[in-house]
Amino acid sequence: MPTMNMIQALNSALDVMMAKDPNVLSFGEDAGYFGGVFRVTDGLQKKHGLTRSFDAPISEGGIVAAAIGMGTYGLRPVVEVQFADYIYPGFDQIVSEAARIRYRSAGDFTVPITIRTPYGGGIFGGQTHSQSPEALFAHVAGIKTVIPSTPYDAKGLLIAAIEDDDPVIFLEPKRIYNGPFNGHHDQPVQAWSKFKEAEVPEGHYTVPLGKAAVVREGTAVTVVAYGTMVHVAKAAAEDSGIDAEVIDVRTIVPLDIDTIAASVKKTGRCVILHEATRTSGFGAEIAAQVQETCFYHLEAPIERVTGWDTPYPHAFEWQYFPGPARVIDAMRRVTER
Amino acid sequence: MRNRPKLSLRVPQPKHRPGDKPDFSAMQISQAGEVRRPEIDAAPRDMTDLAFSLVRVLDKDGKAIGPWNPKLDAETLRRGLKTMLLTRAFDDRMFRAQRQGKTSFYMKSTGEEAVPVAQAYALDRNDMCFPSYRQQGLLIARGYPLVDMMNQIYSNAMDPIKGRQLPIMYSSKAHGFFTISGNLGTQFPQAVGWAMASAYKGDDRIAASWVGDGTTAEGDFHYACTFAAVYRAPVILNVVNNQWAISSFAGIAGGDESTFASRGIGYGLPALRVDGNDFLAVYAATQWAAERARSNLGATLIEHYTYRVEGHSTSDDPSRYRPADEGKAWPLGDPIERLKQHLVSLGEWDDKRHADAGQEALDQVAAANREAMGHGTLGENKLPSVATMFEDVFKEMPEHLRRQRQQLGV
Repeated sequence: MPTMNMIQALNSALDVMMAKDPNVLSFGEDAGYFGGVFRVTDGLQKKHGLTRSFDAPISEGGIVAAAIGMGTYGLRPVVEVQFADYIYPGFDQIVSEAARIRYRSAGDFTVPITIRTPYGGGIFGGQTHSQSPEALFAHVAGIKTVIPSTPYDAKGLLIAAIEDDDPVIFLEPKRIYNGPFNGHHDQPVQAWSKFKEAEVPEGHYTVPLGKAAVVREGTAVTVVAYGTMVHVAKAAAEDSGIDAEVIDVRTIVPLDIDTIAASVKKTGRCVILHEATRTSGFGAEIAAQVQETCFYHLEAPIERVTGWDTPYPHAFEWQYFPGPARVIDAMRRVTER
Repeated sequence: MRNRPKLSLRVPQPKHRPGDKPDFSAMQISQAGEVRRPEIDAAPRDMTDLAFSLVRVLDKDGKAIGPWNPKLDAETLRRGLKTMLLTRAFDDRMFRAQRQGKTSFYMKSTGEEAVPVAQAYALDRNDMCFPSYRQQGLLIARGYPLVDMMNQIYSNAMDPIKGRQLPIMYSSKAHGFFTISGNLGTQFPQAVGWAMASAYKGDDRIAASWVGDGTTAEGDFHYACTFAAVYRAPVILNVVNNQWAISSFAGIAGGDESTFASRGIGYGLPALRVDGNDFLAVYAATQWAAERARSNLGATLIEHYTYRVEGHSTSDDPSRYRPADEGKAWPLGDPIERLKQHLVSLGEWDDKRHADAGQEALDQVAAANREAMGHGTLGENKLPSVATMFEDVFKEMPEHLRRQRQQLGV
């Protein structure tokens, strides 16, 4: 089986779907001829033709709106917003339109579109290339929000998103495009090819939306994470020797609370991780649901390890990023009670 | 330098406020038949004059003259007139229904009926419309049942969209009528996307969309014009300039600086400015733009110059911000009266037939209203099942919504 990094896996997902379904097309800023600033759409125009993978004006509102119109026609457009930090001009079209067209028309019109966008920090992108806006989308009824953490999942989830009949926000953790990042920024970068999650089938397969994965079994504490933070969680477990059970949420809406709750009921302890700012972050929602479903099994308060409530600072990347040391501290606090 | 005046901030003001005598004598109005009609493959830069003049076909005597005369047969003209009468009768009845407490909200299209009705007839039945909230004439012209419109307005058990939207936010894919948003302008670039999809698939259907003068200030207008021009999308982008955006006159959207049609020039879009109260001019301009779009020559921006005779909605009192008789002074007249005059001048219509057609429209609306009220009005609690509230958020109901529905106990 070939190994792929996350970029190649996402590219393969698009390639497979464009070959399979003539209604699938891709467009975005620099995403046509050039293949995108992160190269995810590389080669698609050459292989599938100019009208199936093309460049769009610098107009996120227009990109999302055009995709919505195409979706209501019956196409399945996959658009790229170059950085999640740039998605806000398209926010009205996502929140007021894509999310509600099925509902407000009682199923008369539907919007089967996928909005791909790289998100998250760890690349010295400063406050306009590092944000994690997932909670903003999770708060909106009518859209699904998906975040992969491995090449295998990235391809399978993207194909599932494209085939889904509802709008999907597909957030790509850009720090782990080329290799998993365990949060130790001072250690050499490792390539995906060394990891079994980089074994990606060439053809069509899906990873279902709305299903979390237990990526490390353990008994001492449940660590809930998604995106880059899944790898930080695993590293924290190895570094500390604390037998953590790590859950990769994969889809934050719809949230697979049952998988999370089953784990917390087993461990009695829960630490939630995300890069995004803390207040009203998605961790607050997970904490609330864990409390609702697992209160009588909890042995310690639920902890959150997150970005701080500041814009993402360029020069203080590693003070901002919730790395393994902070995760281990939280794991210790909840397990030593 | 020292003699320069201090900077001062200009806030545009309308010509007339309550108490003023409306005077439109300074308005520049092209004569009927005066404006040239370019070939449909004309380069946009060779027709920029049409963004500043006014395409008019009907003269003051009701004669159809000039190169834009679409030369419609009498039957089509009568159909257009009857549909405008029906639209006006529908508006009057639904406005009254709101005043009677049968629904929460209504918006009339009085004085603007020619725009959607003539355009519905100039477009193909399968072309896709992305309307704003004052194009009910499109649905009526395409034969959507009045009773279904009323069921929606009353949010009753038969409401096709299950009580989810404010009155008049209709949706009917079968009638090529996109679900009305309620947020302004969002449908404009969506229509461009739909048209791009039609071109992508090698289809022959085109799209059309409508915004008001006020909404041209939204970013969505710019997105739509940019994408329409860049991808040469088969779409007709309509600006219905009815002079007022609730209480703000068109100058607040930049209408005093240049015409709304002229916005198209900068994008390289052909731009037409049309007498929106002239059924034949609206029809002809739409036909021109549709033929152009269907010939793979791309989008056209059309400004329909008209006047919003009534308030913005049932929640609005226009006498607070403009003279009560401003509509009567509007120099481009009333679209129904003008088409009637034309048919009479052709010997194809008379006062008796007009009165009969008016009565027929009233009867049709009354019958539909009786039927709709039988299904219930807002406040009577003859609603769709509450369980439907959780449906259509997604195609398949996710577990969390199923649990929330159980919590509500339905």
